[in-house]
Amino acid sequence: MNVGFVALADAGWSTTPNLAAILQGDHDPKVRGFTIPNTELTLDGAVDPYFKGVIDIVFKLDEKGETGVEFEEAYVLTTSLPANLQLKAGQFYVEFGRQNPQHPHSWAFVDQPVVLSRMFGPDGLRSQGLRLSWLVPTPWYTETMVSVVNSTNGTAFSFRSDASSEIHTGVPVDREVLELSDMLIAPRIATSFDVTGNQTLLLGASAAFGPNNSGPSARTRIVGIDGYWKWKSATAQQGFPFVSLQGEALVRRYEAAQRTAAADSFVTLAAEMLDDQGSYAQLLWGIKPRIVAGLRADLANGDATTFSSDFRGDRLRVSPNLTWYPSEFSKVRFQYNYDDRGALGKDHSLWVQFEFLLGAHASHKF
Amino acid sequence: MTNRFAVRAATIALVALPVLGASIAAKLRVVATTPDLASLAREIGGDAVDVLALAKPTEDPHFVDAKPSHIVTLNRADVLIEGGAELELGWLPPLLESSRNSKIAAGAPGRIVASLGVHMLETPATFDRSKGDVHSLGNPHFMIDPVNVKIIAADIAGHFAQVQPASAALFRANLEKFNTKLDVKFAEWQKQLAPFRGARIVTYHKDFVYLAERFQLEVVETLEPKPGIAPSPSHLARVIEAMKAKSARVILVQPYQNRKTAETVARQTGAVVVDISQQPGARPDTKTYFDMMDYMVTSLAAALGTLK
Repeated sequence: MNVGFVALADAGWSTTPNLAAILQGDHDPKVRGFTIPNTELTLDGAVDPYFKGVIDIVFKLDEKGETGVEFEEAYVLTTSLPANLQLKAGQFYVEFGRQNPQHPHSWAFVDQPVVLSRMFGPDGLRSQGLRLSWLVPTPWYTETMVSVVNSTNGTAFSFRSDASSEIHTGVPVDREVLELSDMLIAPRIATSFDVTGNQTLLLGASAAFGPNNSGPSARTRIVGIDGYWKWKSATAQQGFPFVSLQGEALVRRYEAAQRTAAADSFVTLAAEMLDDQGSYAQLLWGIKPRIVAGLRADLANGDATTFSSDFRGDRLRVSPNLTWYPSEFSKVRFQYNYDDRGALGKDHSLWVQFEFLLGAHASHKF
Repeated sequence: MTNRFAVRAATIALVALPVLGASIAAKLRVVATTPDLASLAREIGGDAVDVLALAKPTEDPHFVDAKPSHIVTLNRADVLIEGGAELELGWLPPLLESSRNSKIAAGAPGRIVASLGVHMLETPATFDRSKGDVHSLGNPHFMIDPVNVKIIAADIAGHFAQVQPASAALFRANLEKFNTKLDVKFAEWQKQLAPFRGARIVTYHKDFVYLAERFQLEVVETLEPKPGIAPSPSHLARVIEAMKAKSARVILVQPYQNRKTAETVARQTGAVVVDISQQPGARPDTKTYFDMMDYMVTSLAAALGTLK
């Protein structure tokens, strides 16, 4: 069994003292000064000849310095199903797009993309359930999968999560699971080509469908596309130099039912369709061994509604950064964020992130 | 007439295609993580195998990208040959997880771990990363010792025979042929390097210890202060001092290592930088394991010879 422990610490300053307004990710910097937003204990290995098991537990300090423990992932993965099938069962990050299933230590930036915070909440889209995947027998890589998971709890943000009143500003309604469509269903297809011997392209399309809690029969639909391209020198030294480009674009159609306003129980909000969209693109340049320069642009906005919500407003963020990896087991990252929230103002933030890894040698998916 | 021809052609096709298909399908699909292991697989498997290597000849075997195309290659493999000893630890596990191929699962006859039969050097007594990215199972760059290669070739032949018993005799015969050739070449390489017994060399990474041990060379220093740790100016100053003190004037560099660092050190010590590779295909006309070793031994002997 592999046992690994990875710790992330952030230090920095922002022109706004209200960091929650600009950094909504649970593993993003939380305060001016120092934050330890994510330390992760990972256990993984073969359960028996038929299953692989993964357990991931997060320990973190919140903005008040209180310790939090999060049962992030715990699942088994089949190793020998016939017909190129593979089943995942347990609690896991739903394989929607590129970054959602990744843990913070694999991210190329200090914070999570704005659009992912808006669509999937602070913790990303993860829940309890099953995921069935099929490696399609095409000459090139094509994988298609579908996840069926619970649509409730805080990590099913655009669905039956209590926190989703941030989206519709109404009082959430309790809904029962009566049929399969009350579950969160997320299909995905991904395909990849080696464009040349040194260049690889990976493209994907994902969707997530499920009930939301703005009303007794309201539903949410999220659709996204993602792409990743990487060039690596044929004589790369420890994987450098390389250039990679990653982007995701998501649209959400949130059916908001007629509901009582959370802020004032005498106010009733009209039923309407809330359409949101957002995207990000990030360019990484591995200049020389263990030095990576990055540039990310984030865009997000929501269509006008009869109520006002800061959370759905226009947002532009530009983040250049520089990461130095002293070895494969540690990293130091410097990042500047220019944040434009339209009428809410512009902010500047500067962050330093440090990471260390103990135990099992990390291996990375493409 | 045309009709009769068409019927005949169709009949031939119907009869011939499955036969042709069977003979193609009967070939073992072998995937090796690195080109040196792939070359061995070709020597042992002959016409009964189709061999693919995941890493490119010029690629650092520690840092291969876990590209999705490798998932497809592994999904369709009958046999996987890996170096082992944590050489591929950073990229092979996620590929295997996604490939969902029980034929090459750990412990299956279709899974060959080359390091298992080899006498490993530099196995650390304690595991401590302050000493760099040391592999807990020992130094994984063992393919440049022909004695190890003989052990690995026998292991490959054994596994091939288990997976495809019908070709067992062919694999045995190819192994014998390979061993005979290896004995001849090994004697040649020993003869070529015999005049340089005890010669002092410098390498970039700790990747020539097996060659040094087998051919009695002395690795004075490595340009990396510790495995996987980038050379620092203070460390290079120490290397230069040691090279001068011990008259070490040959620096071995592989394609994926920093030649400029080696050149800087060479300029200050009067040493020569020798471009070699442990992977067939990385240097000109080195298609097979034998070509690669020929190139390595000849280049090394030439460099050491000019210094005499």
